[in-house]
Amino acid sequence: MREKKMKPIVVLGSGLAGYSVIRELRKLDRDIPVTLVTRDSGDYYSKPMLSNALAQGKDAAGLVLTRAAEMATQLGIKLLVQTEVQAIDRTNKKLATTAGELEYDKLVIALGADPIRIPVQGDAADAVLSVNDIADYARFRELLENKTRIAIMGGGLIGCEFANDLASAGHAVSVIDPGPWPIASLMPEQAGKQLLAPLAALGVDWHFGTSVSRVDRASSNYLLTLADGTQLQADLVLSAVGLRPRIALAQQAGLEVNRGIKVDTHLRSSDAAIFALGDCAEIDGKVQPFVLPIMHAARALAKTLAGTETAVDFPAMPVVVKTPAHPLVVLPVARDAAGNWQTLATGDGIKMGFLNQENRLTGFVLSGSFAAERNEMSKRLGQVITS
Amino acid sequence: MKVWQCVVCGFIYDETKGMPEEGIKAGTKWADIPENWACPDCGVAKADFEMIEV
Repeated sequence: MREKKMKPIVVLGSGLAGYSVIRELRKLDRDIPVTLVTRDSGDYYSKPMLSNALAQGKDAAGLVLTRAAEMATQLGIKLLVQTEVQAIDRTNKKLATTAGELEYDKLVIALGADPIRIPVQGDAADAVLSVNDIADYARFRELLENKTRIAIMGGGLIGCEFANDLASAGHAVSVIDPGPWPIASLMPEQAGKQLLAPLAALGVDWHFGTSVSRVDRASSNYLLTLADGTQLQADLVLSAVGLRPRIALAQQAGLEVNRGIKVDTHLRSSDAAIFALGDCAEIDGKVQPFVLPIMHAARALAKTLAGTETAVDFPAMPVVVKTPAHPLVVLPVARDAAGNWQTLATGDGIKMGFLNQENRLTGFVLSGSFAAERNEMSKRLGQVITS
Repeated sequence: MKVWQCVVCGFIYDETKGMPEEGIKAGTKWADIPENWACPDCGVAKADFEMIEV
């Protein structure tokens, strides 16, 4: 009798999202065939470590936690590396890839996000680096050799983490951001400003309320001209201004997209056989490019893929900002949330809570010594706070 | 005594050393760490990630 061949679940992308969903699935089912397609090497590493690798004493190779071949064996999957997916044929449930055609039973898109690039003028505009994966990081570390002055475009979470890491390693760092204070998209003024002095003490030079207009080649380095006319010298320019979900492949296949690939709480796209999670996905209207949402989404999706329809239920997910000079933990609130940030305590750092109209705690920032109170604060969420 | 690694961020927990700065005494087994403990590096809760034996 001819054995009927089962079509695999195909996962696109070998980042934390792609590997986590497979790892979770394998806890439930060892037998469903799974194929992972990645344009990268398939080595498993932790992307959040890219912005604190210097402090950990690690180079790009040292950041690899598990080699690709070992991942494939451990997880019992077929791994197609250095392979680009060109198109999804939804009618026939087939992918066109640089390694040929591939059939799928279910498809999981975990392609991540691209760094946003802000257009700058000048003859060295193309020398501005972005670090979005381990290959970028290897190149960045090569270029960093014997360099002193580093300019970072963007004073958000990643920009501040890189600033801390580079300054701790002895580099002179300039941070340029059009916003009013560090990590302004997640944090209120009093909290964001806590980072200013501790990082300045390490050698970080802040430029808020302006942006980089030009990057030109100077004799042995680069000359940056800011919108406010300030000129800065730098040996290396790093851009960390944000991420844009990779939606092109999904869009081209006719899936519903918005900022990210639109999926419901089951991580299911507008095509019932196609799912998305991680930095490329917009889950129930929200793009959440952090570690914790990925872990929760991976767990729920694994159950659905194993046959038990499961909606993701996100708990409170505080974001840890890796700035050892002044630790920060933030549970952000929606931009349009009704309520106010209030200072609950000050000392070596600050403790702030976001109180809604009923005075209930719905968000918080813990900085400095208060960062250790993460679990206690999470437990107080939803409670009425009288400060 | 064992050594464990967070598969999300690479954080190492050595049972021999514990984490005195987090209130976890030297010699504390991974199994005895409270369920509400969160990885100091990536914030993932104990129940939310896998530790692998190194």
